Order: sequence, then structure tokens, then C-alpha cells
Amino acid sequence: MSNTIQMHRVYIKATPQAIWSAITKPEWTEQYGYAPLVDYDMRAGGQFRAYPNEGMKQFPGVPSVILDGEVIEADPPRKLVQTWRMLMDPGLAAEGFTRLTYEIVPVKGGVTRLTVTHELGGAPKLAALLSGERESEGAGGGWSEVLSGLKTLLETGQSLPFQSGR
Amino acid sequence: MNDARVFKALADPTRRFLLDRLFRRDGRTLTELASELDMTRFGVMKHLRLLERAGLVITRRSGREKLHFLNPVPIQLIHDRWIGKYTERQVSALASLKRSLEEKS
Repeated sequence: MSNTIQMHRVYIKATPQAIWSAITKPEWTEQYGYAPLVDYDMRAGGQFRAYPNEGMKQFPGVPSVILDGEVIEADPPRKLVQTWRMLMDPGLAAEGFTRLTYEIVPVKGGVTRLTVTHELGGAPKLAALLSGERESEGAGGGWSEVLSGLKTLLETGQSLPFQSGR
Repeated sequence: MNDARVFKALADPTRRFLLDRLFRRDGRTLTELASELDMTRFGVMKHLRLLERAGLVITRRSGREKLHFLNPVPIQLIHDRWIGKYTERQVSALASLKRSLEEKS
């Protein structure tokens, strides 16, 4: 697969505000997907960082900051545009910053549509990781896993039993 | 998204072919996708529309072109609901047996 843009979309029975919180607050992000602790300075030009959770810190070689970037546009609870760089290993870090957009649109009946657009030009290793291609090596299912975990958490209050970061 | 739409979308070989093409490379136009199928442009458009309604394809405008992207999330949700829960281990063991037997023959 040689994609430079990855798009993922999920419909969640939750309010836009709940989805916004689940993306931007560490007490939520540690409950699904790779379960990092995010830290946003939520304004244009503000810093974005993510830290490993307690479980992740047990693994040797996990850096103290696992993701970093900068907020480009913040329009809570509808749109977040940011840069995003993975620091988990030197090869991924060397691919540099990518651009990530979250769009949150209420549809009807209390259902909200979340679209994640990740522009991954120049980051083939990261693209492979996030498309879930390396799941069999224990690298997790990428965005599909993250977003289905997010949906399950918001709809049922529970984490999926087999999430990567847990 | 309901599961029935996804299963229906996946039940057709042309639509599975289109998903496989998008898996290989995302962000394709209708013209590009239609060129790989022995079918009218209108027929391909109908299949793409069904995939879009099932949430398996997302379109995005880029200038004058409409680009089609694979959205794997509904398949992941079916995996979580129907495969992860009941049969993941047995299925993957059988799948690898099938693969190793086919590779030998």
C-alpha cells in the first residue's frame, strides 16, 4: 500500500463534545487504542505532546514523549487540525511531521460522524503502521483499531478487551 | 452504520475487487477504477455509491476530481463484533493452515 492520505470514518452515538473530549483529554485517550496520555495547548500554534501510559513505560526503550506536533486549527468541538510526529522509534521519528485533521459533524438521532484524515506524504513507515499492516507483528491495528475502540468506549463506557496499548 | 449494509456491500465480487484496488492504493478517481473493470462507467459508479452508503468508501474532492478512499473502520467493527469475540484464534489457525497447504501445492 502506498497511500499518502488515509481517511477513516466512524459513526458514534455520542455528542460532538464527548468525542472532542475523548480525542483531546488524557483521562479519555488512555482508555482506547494505543492508550497514550495526550497533552494539548488548544490554540493555533499550541504544542501537542503525548506521553506513554504506565503499562507502556514498562517496555524498554519507550521514549518519555511518544508523539509531538503543533495545533494548526482548533474549533472545539468540530474541527482540529494539527501536525503529528511519531517518536516511538528513530526510523518513524525521522519521517518527520505529518498533518492530521479531525472533523466532527452531528448527523441525526444523537449520532455524530467523526472523520480522521491523515496526510502521510513522506512517511511510508508510519503509513504502514497506521493502516494496520503490521498488526501481526504486535504493532496494533492503526487508525481502524483506535477509532473502533473510541466508539466502543463512548457507546458502552468500556474499553475493547484487546486494545494494543493496554 | 448497520452491519447489514456492510455485509451486503461485501457480498458482491465487483465491490470486493474495488475495495482491494483501493487497499492497494487509495485516492483513486472513478475513471481510474472503471479502467480496471469490464463494466460501464455507470455500473462502476453504482457499485461505488453502494460502498459509500455502507461507509466503506469515503469520497473527497480535489480540484475537479472526486477521489475515492477506503474506510476500513466498518470492517474493523464487524471484526470486533463477530470475529474477535467468537472465533479469532480458530479462524487464524485455520487460515494459516490453508495458506501453508496452498503454498505447498
